[in-house]
Amino acid sequence: MAAILSLHDAVKQFIQDGDTVALEGFTHLIPTAAGHEIIRQGKQDLTLVRMTPDLIYDQLIGAGCARKLIFSWGGNPGVGSLHRLRDAVEKQWPHAIEIEEHSHADLANAYVAGASGLPFAVLRAYAGSDLPKVNPLIKSVTCPFTGEVLAAVPSVRPDVTVIHAQKADRKGNVLLWGILGVQKEAALAAKRCIVTVEEIVDDLQAPMNACVLPSWALSAVCLVPGGAHPSYAHGYYERDNRFYQAWDPIARNRESFTAWIDTYIRGTADFNEFKAKLASTAEAAQ
Amino acid sequence: MSYSTSEMMTVAAARRLRNGAVCFVGIGLPSKAANLARLTSSPDVVLIYESGPIGAKPSVLPLSIGDGELAETADTVVPTAEIFRYWLQGGRIDVGFLGAAQVDRFGNINTTVVGDYRAPKTRLPGAGGAPEIAGSAKQVLIILKQSPRAFVEKLDFITSVGHGEGGDSRKRLGLPGDGPVGIITDLCIMEPEADTHEFVVTAIHPGVTREQIVAATGWPVRFADSVQTTDAPTETELGALRDLEARTAAAHGQTAGEA
Repeated sequence: MAAILSLHDAVKQFIQDGDTVALEGFTHLIPTAAGHEIIRQGKQDLTLVRMTPDLIYDQLIGAGCARKLIFSWGGNPGVGSLHRLRDAVEKQWPHAIEIEEHSHADLANAYVAGASGLPFAVLRAYAGSDLPKVNPLIKSVTCPFTGEVLAAVPSVRPDVTVIHAQKADRKGNVLLWGILGVQKEAALAAKRCIVTVEEIVDDLQAPMNACVLPSWALSAVCLVPGGAHPSYAHGYYERDNRFYQAWDPIARNRESFTAWIDTYIRGTADFNEFKAKLASTAEAAQ
Repeated sequence: MSYSTSEMMTVAAARRLRNGAVCFVGIGLPSKAANLARLTSSPDVVLIYESGPIGAKPSVLPLSIGDGELAETADTVVPTAEIFRYWLQGGRIDVGFLGAAQVDRFGNINTTVVGDYRAPKTRLPGAGGAPEIAGSAKQVLIILKQSPRAFVEKLDFITSVGHGEGGDSRKRLGLPGDGPVGIITDLCIMEPEADTHEFVVTAIHPGVTREQIVAATGWPVRFADSVQTTDAPTETELGALRDLEARTAAAHGQTAGEA
């Protein structure tokens, strides 16, 4: 059964230094608040897994939490580069980061294999691509029935997966809808799973066949309204496109990035305080 | 009606999508051209985005590959793993529509790195869905602006394969799809020559000279024996494109990125 916990307690209890952690959400429902809390608690040496690193991993990498990144597309969608990721890869700041690079189809299949309890995923991929030359974990396997040579990649089985969802009930059953990405697979592939939610309700009123993660398959559920900002939560709030744009100059140099992290993340007690500080800064700028 | 070279590029790309085609759409320029096709010549084109929407019909261009409007207007929204496993690998995509940072003469694509992989001069976003789209879609269209930095003699990194080393490369690699059938730029349209599969110029946009194309290409570009002149954008096409961009700017407070 998932415990209903504060985000602080969930991160403290379930994420340890050195863990392999997947914070998933494909453009939609990105668990930003949880990323912030990992920074606040100064977690280190993490292997971060995520198909699209996005701002959330730019922050974690720049703040020095990551030892390694496993990913398949690392950009600021619709804006440009992730400057902290690039600085870590190109200039080893704040320290060197190991990267393990895949394609989307590969990582999506690797999460499915992880959730299925399998050691590897098989897919038709990478023929003619240079990615297997730089990622020795991309191997091949021959179909025992047809002789076709297919790509084989290790499954993703994180120590902890963190996702954001729209609703939980008081027992900790979770409902999400809209763009689902790989969240269900990532949640079920992990040893432990933390879910932050927009609201906790008496009855999920989930339609039949809806994407429901049962409480007994999760570790913790945390009430964090707005916790996916600046991404969106379908039915609750829209994507904050301006924040994605505003992030570009903040992350572009080390000083402005560090000042932002010190002020907004390390300088706030929790996500509510972060939201209040962000809102008051926006108001003052008007 | 006057128009920009970017508009010409988008219109020329949109014309390549036949009505009813099932199209796997990349974000940015491909998404713009595919939606223009849907709003003009090909109302029944089926747009699939890697985030999960199948049959998306957005009224404005998405800024990200997983914008909420893609889900709201889709026939169905499926998990990302299903998109890649059942719909792409399953062989149901007619056209993969891709952008690129760099291409070579065989339509191979680099979106990973400029310079050495371990010590890059410029780190690019990476593969995303492109390698398997390039491999498994029945056909691939590539859209990008033409310049010597983008159209290079040799790619530093092949992220997504086109025609490999040319000739029967794709066959030897065992790739199911036909690979890239067109590169649409702001200057011209290139198509693979029979047998060699090297991309040669088959149509030049109005007002563009061969010298401009040669200067904007990093390899000694060749022209087909018969080179067409692209039809200029019609008022209908331009009107639809400009309305789409205006709606997008109003909705997002910015234009849809071309990255």
